[in-house]
Amino acid sequence: MTQLQVSNVPLDTECRPDFPALHQDVNAHPLVYLDNAASAQQPSTVIDTVAHYQRHDHANVHRGVHTLSYRATDAYEGARDKIQSFINAGSRSEIVLTSGTTESINLVAQSYCRPRLAPGDKILISHLEHHSNIVPWQLVCEQTGAELIVAPINDKGELIIDAFDKLLTDDVCLIAIAHVSNALGTVLPVKDIIAKAKSRGIAVLIDGAQGVPHMQIDVQDLDCDFYAFSGHKMFGPTGVGVLFGREALLDAMPPYQGGGDMILEVSFDGTTYNDLPYKFEAGTPNISGVVGFGAAADYLQSVGMARIAQHERQLLDYMMQKLGEIDGIRLIGTAAEKASVQSFLVDDIHPHDLGTILDHQGVAIRTGHHCAMPVMDFFGVPGTARASLALYNNADDVDRLVDAISNARRIFT
Amino acid sequence: MSAVTLHDVDELRDLYRELILDHARSPRHFGKLDGATHTAEGINPLCGDKLRLYMRLDDDNIEDASFEGSGCAISVASASLLTDMIIGLPVPQALEFFATVTARLTGRQAGSDDATPPELDKIRALDGVREFPSRVKCATLAWHALNSAIHGESAPVSTE
Ligand SMILES: Cc1ncc(COP(=O)(O)O)c(C=O)c1O
Repeated sequence: MTQLQVSNVPLDTECRPDFPALHQDVNAHPLVYLDNAASAQQPSTVIDTVAHYQRHDHANVHRGVHTLSYRATDAYEGARDKIQSFINAGSRSEIVLTSGTTESINLVAQSYCRPRLAPGDKILISHLEHHSNIVPWQLVCEQTGAELIVAPINDKGELIIDAFDKLLTDDVCLIAIAHVSNALGTVLPVKDIIAKAKSRGIAVLIDGAQGVPHMQIDVQDLDCDFYAFSGHKMFGPTGVGVLFGREALLDAMPPYQGGGDMILEVSFDGTTYNDLPYKFEAGTPNISGVVGFGAAADYLQSVGMARIAQHERQLLDYMMQKLGEIDGIRLIGTAAEKASVQSFLVDDIHPHDLGTILDHQGVAIRTGHHCAMPVMDFFGVPGTARASLALYNNADDVDRLVDAISNARRIFT
Repeated sequence: MSAVTLHDVDELRDLYRELILDHARSPRHFGKLDGATHTAEGINPLCGDKLRLYMRLDDDNIEDASFEGSGCAISVASASLLTDMIIGLPVPQALEFFATVTARLTGRQAGSDDATPPELDKIRALDGVREFPSRVKCATLAWHALNSAIHGESAPVSTE
């Protein structure tokens, strides 16, 4: 990777060499990796940064006076700064490091919502959410007697704005909504939603797991209260993620978990909690994962999110056109605003069979319900096949996908 | 670009043999069974297969069987073959079949061909799954449901 971009070199040509996992044969065919929405591959810079940390700098963070502990702390806190800059948060205190989107959302459910919810209060989500943005709210509603309400979608997979607006009443405590649907690819109008919520004093959490890999995120510009995302969907390691939270809100929230690192002073009479963001980071964190996460944020910034978005938009158009030409295909998720994710079904071939046949031809896609069973119910299907594109995918990958699907149809007819 | 070779298609056809595709397209004994005495559900969370097996037992004999639900070609074909095979069997023999089939499909059965009785001949059509580890669970799902229905377990069996 170089800082200086030559704009006429296609992005995939430039970036593919950075991703060692892409350069292998799977079932005797060069791998075509189209399961990026589940987890993206890692560039060498992430792999090497993690390895360097493990080889040279590992110790516990925030605790030791010795050199390695300082180095580990610097690497860990340095990654926090990179992530802060990546999403343009106003302060590093607003970057709470978690194990992933799932934990970030649970943290908000338990620390922000639970103390302020009473029977009659509501949490508003949409019909296209990932289970991670459904179940934590069901749990807190059970605990408090609050009600979970669900804004409907239309058959393109778009949020029905009128219906959403009608649900936006003053007894809504929090809106929790995806930036991008992992099953359908729909990009939600989060900025409008946040503005409407703000005018009523309602807090908003954005599930950004599928937002960060595809577009520039600026949490100050969005003006959201919480933004949750995961390292592994943006070319970093698994098991690390972020909860961005507005400082004033985080400050007023009780800790999520108790333990080491989140305290200033402990006695049996009571405990004073540490400052932000450490109040929410109990226990020894996933240090190497966070260090790799920081390297991933650097990598994306050096490539440029605007270039990535442009590349993916062109490739998505190409993929939707090519898929659309296949006889017997049903595209699921055809919103006007989309990120590079496409669900589909072919004839009456079960998605799992399709996934096996494609894998046999070296093409990796995801099949199943994509942790979004309500979406599958809405479309009346048990699951779908899903191809999701990243910055390193190209038209050849799409052609291989289409060929592989044609072969599947040959076997099944 | 890598063309898909004849070999690939052959291997895939070994998984999706005519008999499998036929049973997947037109499953036998499909639907709810009136007067069922035993039933169990099988769930494969990985691909969303969800099958319910019904049996009517009389004096330790499987008088009738059926299944309903949805799933991939492998799991539906396997369930369809299963119902074909167990109707009329004494329960102990059905349990033996369960053991033989699961051992055969998971590749645990030594000298598999010899140990599989002729009544189970058709199950050979599922042998292809042995080359596709992620699909073995689909092929064995209905058989696990059979085992748990006979043992009267009420919780759904899951392949996870
Ligand atoms: C939209 C969305 N939200 C939440 C998650 C959960 O992310 P994680 O498993 O990294 O916590 C995912 C991952 O699949 C997702 O796509």
